[in-house]
Amino acid sequence: MSLENRVTEIIVNKLGVRAEEVSAEANFQTDLGADSLDLVELMMDFEDSFKLKISDEDSSSLKSVGDVIKYLKAHGVEE
Amino acid sequence: MKRQAFITGTGHAVPEAILTNADLEKMVDTSDEWITTRTGIKTRHITDSNTATSDLATTAAARAMEAAGWKPEDVQALFIATVTPDHAFPATACLVADRLGLSRVPAWDFAAGCSGFVYGLIQARAFVESGIFDRILVIGAECLTKITNWKDRASCVLFGDGAGAAAISSQGPGGLLGGYHWGSDGAISDLLVQAAGGSRNPATHETVEAGMHYIAMNGSETFKHAVRAMRESCLLALEMDGTDKSDVDLLISHQANYRIIDATARALELPPEKVYVNIDRYGNTSSASIPIALDEAMRRGIITPPKTVVLAAFGAGLTWAGIIVKWNG
Ligand SMILES: CC(C)(COP(=O)(O)OP(=O)(O)OC[C@H]1O[C@@H](n2cnc3c(N)ncnc32)[C@H](O)[C@@H]1OP(=O)(O)O)[C@@H](O)C(=O)NCCC(=O)NCCS
Repeated sequence: MSLENRVTEIIVNKLGVRAEEVSAEANFQTDLGADSLDLVELMMDFEDSFKLKISDEDSSSLKSVGDVIKYLKAHGVEE
Repeated sequence: MKRQAFITGTGHAVPEAILTNADLEKMVDTSDEWITTRTGIKTRHITDSNTATSDLATTAAARAMEAAGWKPEDVQALFIATVTPDHAFPATACLVADRLGLSRVPAWDFAAGCSGFVYGLIQARAFVESGIFDRILVIGAECLTKITNWKDRASCVLFGDGAGAAAISSQGPGGLLGGYHWGSDGAISDLLVQAAGGSRNPATHETVEAGMHYIAMNGSETFKHAVRAMRESCLLALEMDGTDKSDVDLLISHQANYRIIDATARALELPPEKVYVNIDRYGNTSSASIPIALDEAMRRGIITPPKTVVLAAFGAGLTWAGIIVKWNG
């Protein structure tokens, strides 16, 4: 599965949105309906799935799906 | 035969006065909607200026003794988990033992944050199985609102006051104390702290002015550790017990945030009807939350044998703990 698909699957499971809604531009809070604690849980799911640690500071800059994909690639997560 | 430890009576007490989310809206910039969706809390009970932790603890313990059918002379030891004792010393447990009319038995406090009551049950199990005591009172009691910063909206909406107690006996019938898991990580102790009042920062005018006697918390980091610690505590306690998670009838977790309870329930694959929730009425009462919930569940007839119950908590330290309690038919 591509990195994009894996990220989409995690978001769909956590936020209960449809996969079509999870575009790169989609903002977690304003487009996908996440609140601050959904975001914390989402970051935990990324940490668990991709075996890395996302600091509080980094999390707060990850606002959209594209931000996360870019971040994961920059931190060595393979396609 | 191997000695075993059973919960044979429970009791709880909360102060009468209730603080609602609407009341809080008048005190800080918050809303019922925010508090409800982020925490699940609607109301909490708060002590007046004449009431201290020992008062709540005494009532809760007396009710547990009554439920167990114990007289004062039956109790051989009493210990209290609290981060809000009446005084640094003497121990609140000594005051409570005296008021219950116990006869000069060992009585002491210990602190393990919100994990305190489960830490207490694990200690009680060890004391009973080793033959040191046959009947112990374990109490979790707190007046968190006495150290709450009513100007900090991120924390003041969370806390409440209360006490809960359990009578632990070497003789059943009752809830058998089974597999457990407990741990701590002081490397992240700064996430949840009362900075002043101890030997690191003794009380001075300056510490009071700087608000260093209040609860200070990094909410989102604590949340992350809480979710992981609760999941691990439950799963490792079940493993030690040799019980599958599909056999769990009820989860009673520390009531800190509904969202943490929900995440723990999902980890155990439990439907909502197998999860006891009273955070809406009490908020986070730290070490008192589990024994209050346990006593309510007992008195409401939710724990009619046979039942397998998981108790799980996390708190300042950080600490975490879980234990399996089985009421056999
Ligand atoms: C405390 C807790 C509910 C806060 O939730 P959170 O989503 O982490 O909240 P944040 O601090 O990130 O704040 C999110 C936003 O809500 C605001 N906010 C915080 N408290 C608020 C309140 N009471 N009312 C309204 N808004 C509030 C914040 O200012 C922030 O706004 P911003 O995005 O404009 O800056 C949550 O972190 C939690 O429960 N953590 C675990 C704490 C715990 O269990 N402690 C006890 C251990 S025993």
